[in-house]
Amino acid sequence: MKQSRFFRNIALGIENLLLHKLRSFLTMLGVVFGVGSVVAMLSVGEGASKEAMEQIRKLGSNNIILTSVKPVEEEGTSTTRAVMSIYGLTYNDFARLGESYPAVRSLAPVKLLRKESRLGSRAMELRIVGTTYAWFDLVPREIVAGRVLRAEDEERFNPVAVLTEYGARRLLATQSTIGQKIRIGGDTFEVVGIIKSESGQAGNMQIPDQDVDVYIPLRVARRYFGDVYTQYSAGSRIRERVELHQIIAQIDDIEHVEATAQAIERMLERFHRKNDYEISVPLALLRQAEATKRTFNIVLGSIAGISLLVGGIGIMNIMLASVTERTREIGIRRAIGAKRKQIIIQFLIETIVLSTIGGLVGIALGVLTPVLITFFSGMPTVVTPLSILLPMIISIAVGIVFGLYPAANAARVDPIIALRHE
Amino acid sequence: MTTTQNGDIVSLHQARKIYQMGNQQVRALDGVSVSFSRGSFWAIMGPSGSGKSTMMNIIGCLDRLTDGHYALEGQDVGTLDDDDLSERRLRHIGFIFQSFNLIPQLTVQRNIELPLYYLGWEAEESAARALELARRVGLEERLNHRPTELSGGQMQRVAIARALANDPHLLLADEPTGNLDSATGVQIMQLLEELYDEGKTIIMVTHEPDIAAHARCRLHMKDGRVDRIEES
Ligand SMILES: Nc1ncnc2c1ncn2[C@@H]1O[C@H](COP(=O)(O)OP(=O)(O)OP(=O)(O)O)[C@@H](O)[C@H]1O
Ligand SMILES: [Mg+2]
Repeated sequence: MKQSRFFRNIALGIENLLLHKLRSFLTMLGVVFGVGSVVAMLSVGEGASKEAMEQIRKLGSNNIILTSVKPVEEEGTSTTRAVMSIYGLTYNDFARLGESYPAVRSLAPVKLLRKESRLGSRAMELRIVGTTYAWFDLVPREIVAGRVLRAEDEERFNPVAVLTEYGARRLLATQSTIGQKIRIGGDTFEVVGIIKSESGQAGNMQIPDQDVDVYIPLRVARRYFGDVYTQYSAGSRIRERVELHQIIAQIDDIEHVEATAQAIERMLERFHRKNDYEISVPLALLRQAEATKRTFNIVLGSIAGISLLVGGIGIMNIMLASVTERTREIGIRRAIGAKRKQIIIQFLIETIVLSTIGGLVGIALGVLTPVLITFFSGMPTVVTPLSILLPMIISIAVGIVFGLYPAANAARVDPIIALRHE
Repeated sequence: MTTTQNGDIVSLHQARKIYQMGNQQVRALDGVSVSFSRGSFWAIMGPSGSGKSTMMNIIGCLDRLTDGHYALEGQDVGTLDDDDLSERRLRHIGFIFQSFNLIPQLTVQRNIELPLYYLGWEAEESAARALELARRVGLEERLNHRPTELSGGQMQRVAIARALANDPHLLLADEPTGNLDSATGVQIMQLLEELYDEGKTIIMVTHEPDIAAHARCRLHMKDGRVDRIEES
C-alpha cells in the first residue's frame, strides 16, 4: 500500500514533467552535464593514477632500489681518450647492506653487460644481467620453461643462462632450447630457463624487462668478464668500471622501509666521495602518488561541486517559476483537502525526478565518454562503482536541496487567494 | 459549543472575520449567528461585498474566524490547525466554484479522482469511482478529455462530480451558475436539486433570484451581518 503510493507519486511527478517536455529537458541539462563531467573526469583520473600506482607497486613497496649513476663531472673528463671512469655501487656496498641492516631481508645485485653472443647460427649483442637467485624472489616472474638461477649456480660458478622472453624472441629460442649451449663473449653457457617478461615501463628505478635478454650468475659474470666495460663510440674508446649497476633490497616490514632507506643513504654518503648512486623508494613514490591523487580528487570534487551547484540552481529557478505558474493548481489541491506536506512532497518529487533522470543521463554520458577517450587516444580510464554511485547520490541530493525551497513556497500558497487569482 | 444533538451540520455563533487593511478594519463578517440543519438547501444572497464568500470560506474550513465559534458536524473548528482543516475539507466538504477550478493539465478523470488521491485510494478503485460519477453527471464519454475541451456547463458538471468524489455531507457552491448562461444554469440547478433529494446539505451563494428559488431556504446578508432569513 505504502509502496504503491510511493510509485504512484513518482508516476504522477513524471506525468507532470512530461506536460512540459522541452522545459523539463532543458532544466535537466545542468545536472546532466554536471554529473557527466564528474563521472568522466573521475574515470580518467582513476585510470591515470591506477596505471602509475600499478607500476610503482610492481617495483615492490617493501623494496629499496639503489642504482649506479655516472656522476656529472665524470662525463666531462670521459671525453679524454683512454681515461677510465670508476663509479657506482660496489661489492663492498652490497656486503655492508647484507651485514649491517637487520631489516634487510633479501638483497639482489645487478650487473649489466653487453656481449656478442651466439645461439646456434644466430649471433648478436645481448644485454646481460649478472645477478643471484635472490633477484627472482624480489622481482617475481613467471617461468615459461626450465628454471631460474639457484644458489648453487652462484656457489659452483655454474655457467648457466636464463633467457627473458625478449631475449628468447631475439635469439629465436624456444622451449627446446633448454639445455642447449649459448656462447656469451668467449664463453659457453647452458640455457636453463626462459622467463616471462612484464610489459610496461618501470621508469628508471629498476632495469625494465625489455632491456634484458639474459640472466647469468653474478659470480660467473665477474670471473668471466670482469668489471671494466669498454665501449667504442664515434671513434673514441670509453672505459668504465662499475661493479654493480643496481642493488635491490627487500625490507622485512613496510614500517621499516623509510628508516632503513635513510640509514642506507647515510652509509653510502660516508663511503662514496662522488654522487654516483641514487636511492629510490617505491613506497615513498606510492605515498606521493596517493597524495597527488587525493589532491586531484579534491580539485575534481570542487569542479564537480560547482557544476552540480549550477545545475541545482537551474532546477530551483525553474521550479520556483513553476510554482508561481501553478499557484491556482496548488490552491485547488489545497481546497480539495491536500495538506501542506502533500504539496511539498508533490513538488519535491518532481524536482528529485528531474535531477535523478538528469543524473542517470549524465552517468550514461560520463561512462560513454571515457570509453571514447580510451578508444581514440589509448589513455587508460577506469569507471569504478564509486564514480557512478557518488554522482548518483549527489544528483538526488541536489534534487532534495534545491527542491525544498520551491516546494516550501508552494506549500505557503493561501488557497483563498490562489483561487481568486485568475 | 457542542451542538450535536440538534442535528445542525453548520453552526456559526457570533462569527466575526475582520481584515486589517493598514489602519482600517474591514468587517467581512460582523457577528453572524446562524445554523444550517443537515439535509437542507440554502441560498445565500446579498449585495457585493456583504461577506457571502467570506462566510463560505469559513464554512468550508478554508479560513478561520477572527472571533466567535464555528462548529462543523457538531465539532468546533476554531481550534484546529492547518492539517486538521485540510482533513475536514477532504472528508466532509465538496466545493463547487463559479470559475469551476479544474486543473487544466489533468484529464476529466484525473480531476474527478483528485480528492480520492488525497484520501489514499488505489488507482483502480478511484478509476471506477470516477467513471460512476462521470456517468452521474452525464460525462462518461469525456473522461479522457481535458477541461479546456469542454463547455462551461460540462466543466461545472465535472466540478460537481469532483465535489461528490469523497461523498461529502456538505456541498458548498459559490455562484455555481455565475459563469453560465441561464439554460445551462438551470441544468446545473437540477443536478443540485437531485443531490438535495438524496440528502446532501447544500449551501449556495447566488445573486440571481431565479437560481435562489431552487433552494428551500434563503439567507440575506448585508454588511457582514444576517439581514433576514426566508424559510419555505
Ligand atoms: N483577503 C481580504 N483582505 C481584505 N479584505 C477582504 C479580503 N477578502 C474579502 N475582503 C473584504 O471583505 C468583504 C466581504 O468580501 P466577500 O468576498 O465575502 O464579499 P461577497 O459577498 O462574496 O461579494 P461578491 O458578491 O462580490 O462576491 C469585502 O469588503 C471585501 O473587500
Ligand atoms: Mg463572493
